[in-house]
Formats: sequence, C-alpha cells, structure tokens
Amino acid sequence: MINRKYFFKGFTSVKGVNSPALALGCSFIAIGAMLKNLGFTIQESIFSTFLTYALPGSLVMADSLLVGASLLNIFLAVWLVNARLYPMTVSLFPLMMDKSHSRWKYYLSCHFIAVSAWLIMKDNYKTIEKKYRIDFWIGLGCATWSIAIAATVLGFLASDHLNKDIIIGLAIVNPIYFMCMMIGAMKTLEITLAVILGVVFGFLFYFVSPEWSILFGGFSAGTVAFFIGELNVK
Amino acid sequence: MSNSILLAILVTSFATYLSRFLGVLSSEKIKETSKIFRWFNCLAYSTLAALIARIMIFPVGTLSEADYLSRATVVIISLFIFFITKRNLVYPTALSAFLLAIINNIF
Repeated sequence: MINRKYFFKGFTSVKGVNSPALALGCSFIAIGAMLKNLGFTIQESIFSTFLTYALPGSLVMADSLLVGASLLNIFLAVWLVNARLYPMTVSLFPLMMDKSHSRWKYYLSCHFIAVSAWLIMKDNYKTIEKKYRIDFWIGLGCATWSIAIAATVLGFLASDHLNKDIIIGLAIVNPIYFMCMMIGAMKTLEITLAVILGVVFGFLFYFVSPEWSILFGGFSAGTVAFFIGELNVK
Repeated sequence: MSNSILLAILVTSFATYLSRFLGVLSSEKIKETSKIFRWFNCLAYSTLAALIARIMIFPVGTLSEADYLSRATVVIISLFIFFITKRNLVYPTALSAFLLAIINNIF
C-alpha cells in the first residue's frame, strides 16, 4: 500500500536547514491562540486544523465568524482565498502519478497540499524515483500536518500567556519563510519571472479589487512568465 | 461543539478541499512534459508570490497591527540574513519573530 521506506524518508525530510517545522509551528500557535479567543473549544480548534489545514482559509473563517457572515459567504470567501491550491495541485500531482498506485492515494493525500509541503516536494521530487514520490509525499504531508495540529493545541493552551507582541512576531514567521523559499526556488527564467511579476501584479491588482487581487495578479503574472519562458526556449 | 462553529469548520474544509480535489482530477489528464503543465507551474508560483506580497504589504488580522516600516525593516534584515547564511531558512525565520516584536515596540 504505502512504501514504508519512502514514507519515513518524507516524514523525516522536515528536519534540517530547510525545515518548515518552525515557521509552520509558529503560525499555527498563533491560529490556536486566535481560535481560543474567538470562543472555540480545544476540540473545535483541533478539528479545524485537522480538516482545513490551510492558514489563509482559517483566518478568513475566523474573520467571517466575527462579523456573523452566513455559511454561503464563508464558503465563497474561503474558496476564493484558497483557490491557489488548484494550480498548486495541478503543478505537483502529475509529477507523482504512477499507474502502479490506486487513485485513492492521490485523492486523500491532496489534503496535504499547502505551501510548505508543496515547496519542499518541488525541491526534492527529482531525487526520488517517480514510483515512490507519492509515498514520500504522504510521509511529508503527515509530518507537516502533525506539526500544524500539535502547534494549534499548543497555541490554544498557551494563549493566556501570549501577549500582543509575541502574537505579532509569530504572524510574520510564516510569510518570511515562504518568501525565502520562493527566492530559493527562482532557478529558471520562467519561475523567476513568475515570482517577481506575481509580487508586482498582485500589488497592482489590489487597487482594482482586494478580494480578487491574488487570483488576478497570479493568473496574469504566471501567464506572462510562461509566454516569455516559451519565447526564450525557442 | 456548538453547531454554528462546527458548520463553519465543515464549510471551510469543504471549500478548501474542493480546489485540491479538482486539482487532482485535472492532473489525471495532464502530462508533466506538456506546455499546460509548465503554464500551471508558473501560475502556482506567481499566485503564491501574490499571496505572500498581499500578506506582507496589505495584511489582515494580527500582522496589520505592525506598521509598514516595521514589516519592511524585518523583511530587509531577514533577506540579508538569508543570503549571508548561504540560504539557510531557519535563521531568518526564527529571527524575524524577535525582530518584529522588538522593532514594533521601537517605532
């Protein structure tokens, strides 16, 4: 079913200098504390990270609950902010699909698609034989998912001892980690342009529509980067 | 568990899983050597870059309580640390939390 060797290789890949454990842990500690302040019980907080496992989505849910938004509003707001998971999945899963595996592995393990695990897998997939990539991915996903759940519990329990400065400090750790990882991923012209234009277009589109700026900015920047990359190849 | 929170969690999870599920469904028909795969690869990186820029420049929630100057200073120092430590990710991420907490108090 799952190759143990590659599962553990994936699971332990969160150690080392590129470890997402710290960044992931800090941000979910902040989420745990925030959920407690919103009136969630510890079970509800665990359930939320267990089932959602996507930071911006949890933040949007929290904001929506605060203003008393309807379930349909919550659905649309979360779907919009997490729509980035679609191109992330499409740009990763074809690299891991192999006929020797059952499809349920892909449909279950796509739950682990989140920026940290995605960036690590993109960085490592070439070193793993295609047949075993999904097992490595499941191991990696289980590790990052467990860190997120454990950190949510920790944040919930420690919330009374976390002052405002600590919470603000924790909130910047994850974006700084992602920023450094993205710079590390800028190895080809296409990707370098995609990242730089993503920042510029995302910023500019914010003045047109804050809600759609990530999707519009990302879509236009990625498309321009792709075409420039294609022209360069020719 | 209260019903409204439970329903909000379930709706949030469903909205999140939907993009992941549709991504796998599309992946079944996309070859890793195809142009459409390369296009999606660019879209994924650019969307993430736009998301990170949004979080840093126009944050919502806790991070919005730190002003622009504090956030920009932390970004510049973190990048500097990232490059001088030969692209080590742990040092800039760990230090960024302390830096922001300290700088935010100074400005």
